[in-house]
Amino acid sequence: MTIAGTTELICFLVLSAIVVVGALGVVLLNSIVYSAFLLGGVFMAVAGLYLLLNASFVAAAQVLVYVGAINVLILFAIMLVNKKEDLKAIDRLNLRRFVSAGVCFGLLALLVRVVVTTPWALPGPAAVGEEATARIGEHLFTDYLLPFELASVLLLMAMIGAIVLARRDVFSTDVATGEVADQGLIEKARTPLLLERRSS
Amino acid sequence: MNTLFSGLPSLQAYLLLAAFLFCVGVWGLINSRNAVRVLMSIELMLNAVNINLMAFSSYVDGDLIRGQVFAVFVITVAAAEAAVGLAILLSLYRNRVTVDMEQFNLLRW
Repeated sequence: MTIAGTTELICFLVLSAIVVVGALGVVLLNSIVYSAFLLGGVFMAVAGLYLLLNASFVAAAQVLVYVGAINVLILFAIMLVNKKEDLKAIDRLNLRRFVSAGVCFGLLALLVRVVVTTPWALPGPAAVGEEATARIGEHLFTDYLLPFELASVLLLMAMIGAIVLARRDVFSTDVATGEVADQGLIEKARTPLLLERRSS
Repeated sequence: MNTLFSGLPSLQAYLLLAAFLFCVGVWGLINSRNAVRVLMSIELMLNAVNINLMAFSSYVDGDLIRGQVFAVFVITVAAAEAAVGLAILLSLYRNRVTVDMEQFNLLRW
């Protein structure tokens, strides 16, 4: 994608402003639902940054996977665990926050110093631009074939694991006889395991 | 340093943005009381890493774009992580009836 330099700069500044404000909102806002929607905005802005970096395929994948799948999954999780609860007060909570903010500022300063002082090998080779998608396909089926196949196995494992972990306790009855069906995988109802220790 | 604010957004500008996003993610990861927000912070950190990979891929490795392939793999792993993480969260909520991170202290020494 070739656009004028000033336009690109303005796009970058607007998108990075959205990313910065949205990320701060995600961690600082009280309402978890606002956080989830701001997270979607951050994901969209990051996809825009990918477009600025000549990566249309990854931008599309970002929108599909992050906004379409992960953000929706997070919203579902918020709905499923939506219980109003008053969080127990912790002593020295503000001190804890300031200390961790100091640690994070230290990390940020370190990263900024590395970014500014390192002599990057610039300018690199000319960007491939619109051929990026075809180039990614070539990579995935030649030198990155093994990671690609492993990623599919990983996704299968994650899917089965998520189903096993999140499955509700179900009594399964046979449709014809009405008796309890013998299905070894299906758990029976049980009381929560760890409740009695919460008081201690 | 003079390349940082001259005309086109430079590699350093992307890297600084990614560094800030990563640090916000770390802060949220440490300080969130709500377990869902912890997962959101992890997603922020993964996005920061992805921005880094894409910036290097575009500016330093423009002809082979290995960074973009890595970003695709990171997105894949992030999807798997989000699914399993939220399943663990639901399981925790079913057993503890809370999402407060301070209550999950079974392994505390």
